[in-house]
Amino acid sequence: MNMQLASQINSLLAAMILLTAFALVVQRRMNALLHLFAWQGFLLAVSTAIVGYVGGAHDLYISSVLTLSLKVVLLPYILHKLIVKLRIHKEVETVVNIPTTMLMGIVLVIFSYHLTAPIRELSTLVTRSTLAVALATVMLGFLMMITRKHAVTQIIGFLAMENGLLFAATSATYGMPLVVELGVALDLLIAAFIFGMFFFHISTTFDSLDVDQMARLKEED
Amino acid sequence: MTVHPFIIGLAQLALVLFVAPAFAGWVKMVKCWFQGRTSPGLFQPYRDIVKLFSKDVTLAENASWIFRFTPYLVFGVSVLAGGIIPILSTDLPLSATADVIALVALFAIARFFTALAGMDIGTAFGGMGSSREMTIASLAEPAMLMAVFAVSLVSKSTSLSQMAVVVSQGHSMLRPSLVFALLAFILIALAETGRVPVDNPATHLELTMIHEAMILEYSGRHLALIEWAGMMKLFLFTVLGIASFFPWGIALNDDLLSVLAAFLFMLIKLAIVGIGLIMIETGLAKMRIFRITEFLGSAFLFATLGMLSYFMLE
Repeated sequence: MNMQLASQINSLLAAMILLTAFALVVQRRMNALLHLFAWQGFLLAVSTAIVGYVGGAHDLYISSVLTLSLKVVLLPYILHKLIVKLRIHKEVETVVNIPTTMLMGIVLVIFSYHLTAPIRELSTLVTRSTLAVALATVMLGFLMMITRKHAVTQIIGFLAMENGLLFAATSATYGMPLVVELGVALDLLIAAFIFGMFFFHISTTFDSLDVDQMARLKEED
Repeated sequence: MTVHPFIIGLAQLALVLFVAPAFAGWVKMVKCWFQGRTSPGLFQPYRDIVKLFSKDVTLAENASWIFRFTPYLVFGVSVLAGGIIPILSTDLPLSATADVIALVALFAIARFFTALAGMDIGTAFGGMGSSREMTIASLAEPAMLMAVFAVSLVSKSTSLSQMAVVVSQGHSMLRPSLVFALLAFILIALAETGRVPVDNPATHLELTMIHEAMILEYSGRHLALIEWAGMMKLFLFTVLGIASFFPWGIALNDDLLSVLAAFLFMLIKLAIVGIGLIMIETGLAKMRIFRITEFLGSAFLFATLGMLSYFMLE
């Protein structure tokens, strides 16, 4: 595989990751959200493997396998189990005005392009151009956590943000040290379990996972 | 043996006039197969047009010149667009005078007059159809222009011929900007030609129709011209998509053999696009009209992302 082809494939994968990030922001259905999240993880894993192959950083393969097992299989499975158990798998969330959210997303993409422009000039890696996309994915994860009202979708937004961070790490410096990545993966797994417990508590207290309900938690005065 | 560009231009006009109904017939045929029905055949649209031409025109008492003029204008604009889009060859006499922005403006003129004609008679359906059509147009046109700009960024020109040349000589199709622009173009083409998720071309159900509502009062040769122009519009959007994203096989010089080969390639591509269109149509249900803003909003999003990814990733 020559350098140019690899960098083109990587750009295409970056574009598709950006697309899934946008799709996550606007998707209403729970199950579709999980599928999109799994796809994003898959694209990220493929992109990481390609970067590892081209850059000769072979520990990226481990990171890629980790992403594949954790974010494509395990986390979506855990979330799916949760959704079924809490009986919200048919729920359709109301999202605030989708076209406006899309426009905000576009603004975020332009913002992150400008923010990463100086780094692009400095870097010499094949993957330098995908840094803007990685930052945009993080921003879109933020946007998703802000615009959504459902606890589960907020968690998916958080995980999508983490995807963006990992992507930024591979595109800016050919990945973090392996120890850090292993630590992050473990953290995510633990976080997923803690989220699960919180979901149970929230839903038994309020009969709903709508975080607006938590406004009722304040003291009476 | 070389052919004069002028003759190729004329051949393209003839192609738009006489192949467009066959393409519409092919789309109907595939749709019938997918739904397990017997199809009326490839040549049914020709028979429909001939039948309509032989009927008398019934005009409303208060129809103004706009109502009578519109069918001829819409028809003429569609034929003219056939001379701009590179269908057989990139060497066209009109390609220097009209670029893709002029093409979008041509379609806009046709739509504007159709909407006026819908309101001209003063029936409720006409007005409703016009209002809906203009709502969709106001969302589809900016998205269309953005998608086109994404392609013209790659080719550094807004001339359609130049775009086709650059993309067909391009070393790789793996450009993210072109992929996004293609996605956007598919969504816009579905909306502009009134296909299933946006409008259903096969019904006259009052609550859902958009394009049919505007032309409800037309009859005879007027209706024939408008229906024919509708078929040409479907054909034109298809060849526009082919010319901007899959131009391989198009004649890059005036050689007779390569023009003939381009004709064959075009037929194959049209057949494939027809099948793809019906797969989209069968897989989707018609959308509620208030969802169309989201549908075209995502088209705009794709087109903008295409432009952005040209700067970010290429």
